Amino acid sequence: MSDASPRGLELLTFRVAEQEYSLDIMSVREIRGWTRTTPMPHAPDYMRGVINLRGTVLPVMDLARRLNLPSQETNDRNVIIVVKMNGTLTGLLVDAVSDIVAMSEEDLQPPPDIASDPQMSVVRALTVIDDRMIRVLDLGAVVPRTTDEVA
Amino acid sequence: MSLTVLAVDDSRTMRDMIRMALLPAGFTVHVAEDGIDGLEVLDGIEPDAIITDINMPRMDGFGFIDAVRAQERRRGVPILVLTTESAPEMKSRARQAGATGWIVKPFDPTKLVKALQMVAG
Amino acid sequence: MTDHNDPMAEIKASFFIECEELLESLQDGLQEMDEGSEDPETINVVFRAVHSIKGGAGAFGLEELVRFAHRYETVLDEVRAHRLDADSEAHKLFFAAADHLSDLVRASRDDLPMPVAESDRLLTSLEALLGDLPDEEVRPEDFEPLGVTLSLDLPDLSDMEAADGTGETDHDAPAEAAGDGWIIRFKPEAELFDTGNEPQMLIRNLCALGEATVTCDLSDLPSLDRLAPETPYLCWTISLSTTSDEGELREVFEFVDGLCELSIRRAGAAPLEAAGQARTLEIAPPPATPAAVPAPEAAPPQSAPALTDAAPPPVEDGADTPARKSKETGAKSVVRVDLERIERLVNLVGELVINQAMLSQSLGEAGLSPHSDAMNGLEEFQRLTRDIQDSVMMIRAQPVKSLFQRMSRIVRESSAAVRKDVRLVTEGESTEVDKTVIERLADPLTHMIRNSVDHGLESPDSRRAAGKPPQGTVRLTAAHRSGRVVIEVSDDGGGIDRKKVHQVAISKGLVPPDLPLSDNEIDNLLFLPGFSTASQVSSLSGRGVGMDVVKTSIQSLGGRISIQSERGRGTTFSISLPLTLAVLDGMVVNVAGETLVLPLNVVVETLSLGPDDVQMLRPGAHVVRVRGGFVPLYDLGVMLGYRPARDTHQGAIVLLISLDDGNRAALVIDAIQDQRQVVIKGLDDSFYRAPGIAAATILGDGQIALILDPADIIAAEGPLRGAELALTQGV
Repeated sequence: MSDASPRGLELLTFRVAEQEYSLDIMSVREIRGWTRTTPMPHAPDYMRGVINLRGTVLPVMDLARRLNLPSQETNDRNVIIVVKMNGTLTGLLVDAVSDIVAMSEEDLQPPPDIASDPQMSVVRALTVIDDRMIRVLDLGAVVPRTTDEVA
Repeated sequence: MSLTVLAVDDSRTMRDMIRMALLPAGFTVHVAEDGIDGLEVLDGIEPDAIITDINMPRMDGFGFIDAVRAQERRRGVPILVLTTESAPEMKSRARQAGATGWIVKPFDPTKLVKALQMVAG
Repeated sequence: MTDHNDPMAEIKASFFIECEELLESLQDGLQEMDEGSEDPETINVVFRAVHSIKGGAGAFGLEELVRFAHRYETVLDEVRAHRLDADSEAHKLFFAAADHLSDLVRASRDDLPMPVAESDRLLTSLEALLGDLPDEEVRPEDFEPLGVTLSLDLPDLSDMEAADGTGETDHDAPAEAAGDGWIIRFKPEAELFDTGNEPQMLIRNLCALGEATVTCDLSDLPSLDRLAPETPYLCWTISLSTTSDEGELREVFEFVDGLCELSIRRAGAAPLEAAGQARTLEIAPPPATPAAVPAPEAAPPQSAPALTDAAPPPVEDGADTPARKSKETGAKSVVRVDLERIERLVNLVGELVINQAMLSQSLGEAGLSPHSDAMNGLEEFQRLTRDIQDSVMMIRAQPVKSLFQRMSRIVRESSAAVRKDVRLVTEGESTEVDKTVIERLADPLTHMIRNSVDHGLESPDSRRAAGKPPQGTVRLTAAHRSGRVVIEVSDDGGGIDRKKVHQVAISKGLVPPDLPLSDNEIDNLLFLPGFSTASQVSSLSGRGVGMDVVKTSIQSLGGRISIQSERGRGTTFSISLPLTLAVLDGMVVNVAGETLVLPLNVVVETLSLGPDDVQMLRPGAHVVRVRGGFVPLYDLGVMLGYRPARDTHQGAIVLLISLDDGNRAALVIDAIQDQRQVVIKGLDDSFYRAPGIAAATILGDGQIALILDPADIIAAEGPLRGAELALTQGV
């Protein structure tokens, strides 16, 4: 990615609690339908639990709760976006996946500096697609690195 | 000329080395882990030459050579002693036991082949 | 040395594996010597181990390894020859040298810089042992790693190998012009034939150096009736025209030096003696017996290049020749397998177990009769699966011996660092444990051993004052106990100073000052993060690694650690581990709608609670009466945060479990589903792992169930709850 021209990127857009968010497609490994999670005792409330991802144990995070948005009832339309961050896989529970859009870095705007807005601390940038504002998530801030941070 | 050789050494590495040195030269190589094992293996084969280590468990090289020479039909089989000792007394002990010659470890594979061809080939 | 790249690399890799084995027998042998073994084979084993390492190292040009091994071996050889009496100080040195040898092996293997200075230091000490012995016996320079003393060059190779030097021959003839003439006279003595040497072979080899005319002197041959079969009567004179120098000529006779009369002189120089009635003799292929009566008829002279053709054409390695009848090992044959392949097999078997469970479940749900063919077949399938699994696990099982040997080194080094005299006693070295477990035990065990030497054992002076022998003992044992492996590290030191430990914990704010704690609870404070009693940070343990880290690593192996200590008598740390990291015999239970797995071996019995069985100590703290005693009661659903506390446990099912410290606890669950083997899926550090959650598994329906460690989950209730319960234990 050392092109001199503005870096092109693809965003996976999805809906969480009636809002539109997106992630760099490069960090997305797969998208799978909702299955029941096994809760992990004493985990932070945004951790929904773990699921069986082809024989390995995948932790799943409720993105709405992580973003302090009202959590929705889960149903069959919910999906889990499996992302790879810091070498480990994590599932992000979202309402639904919308689209994959290509754009360049230039189309991204820095988020407004609203320190009081906890949602914004995990938003890397804003962009506009078809007149809709899309938040681009900073995955590193969404997925805590180790247990230390929540211990 | 393809020689059949019995190599007796308690070190797996050495056995591998000997095999690697001799197989490409078309030799047939049998191996044994010590003197006793060597005598057992010898029972089923007619080697053109024998290579043996000295320091081995159960039966050392000297004992092994003695035992081989005690067999009437093996009295003329060339036996080369593999030794890290270059000391003259090692050679004379080996010779007393009936060794044909000696090779000082570490050996060069081509020299080992040549030495065998010289005594047996 | 050679250009056989690939096979050499392979042999080299196998050499390093062999080195590990040799180092192991070296350690064993030294240990036996140190324990006073009189068996001469012991020192032989020790000597051979070092000797074999040297031999292989020489082949790969590992010079520092050769240098050290050679000089170490020289000293050991003196012990072997009874010229040196090794006392316990010498043994210590031998151990240190063995440790260093092992460092050198690893450094050689991993291409790391060689600790040459340490080699020199040790060699100086080692060779100081030989102080009074005659110089001649210890000439380390004797061994030249890459020296080749055998040089029997054939003519076609002589150019190429001229630079190799001519070994031990000390006849340095000036360079010869091509076709120089030599007269060689050779008269074998009787002993020559005893060594398997052949005059014909020697002459043939000599002739191969150039153009030769061979004459056989039969003048000594007696008449047939006086012919003694074992006595050689022949004398050969070879006239040779060759480019080889005298040294090369003499090399042909290297092996028979002293077993024959040999003279080599230039043609034209005066013969030393008359050649007698010379006749030419054909060089024939070697006859089978040394004393064969020579052919009386002469044949035309012949130079014999055809007979001594250099190397025959190479033959494919696998060309049926090598080893059909040969034996690589004696009775026990061994295959070396890449660990990755075994891992893969283990994983596949794991999948097989899961699949079998899933199949079981769906057939069960389909309502098949238990006597149907399908169900019978399934039963057989289950049995086979378990057999396969056991066999696969056995592949990875290894004795803990290598691990224990590493620990003996830790004891030696750490006791030297804190100037204590410490003896390590090991037991149960042959106990087998999964290889992965062994590997991951090394670090925690190292720390525990250091801890025992540093903190557990008193100084020699204090020991004497306490009426103990000045030499402290650290005991390292392993044993199989009810499906688990128990490894214990104990010392005969001063025991835990509980008062001091308690004070430290209070001063660090780890426990409230007014809370009474049982001895056991105080001991367990050592495992709290950030706890360290060493008032002076010593060079050994003060590395910022505490027993809490040890505990965490043991737990990550599905193990538990506990302490027993007696003031003045010593301290024992017990580690209890699963035999394998891959499978677990589990009890599958339901708690608040969730499925959980407990290790079957901790469950002592199951009870159904009646109205009078439970008594409340205070709100939230209950005990259950079990056969006259009281056992603390824990509601798993509450502990795991699945549901709020309930007023009554009546009708609930209770699992009575045994803890490592000998205590019991009762766990409230809703229902028991099944007892079955489950495949353990590790939870890595990215998980929010709660206390008591050891791992996870995948059930027959594809759902994940958590595997609990009951001891851990109860310990996690904290000292507060524990103190109360400790009171009830005494009831």
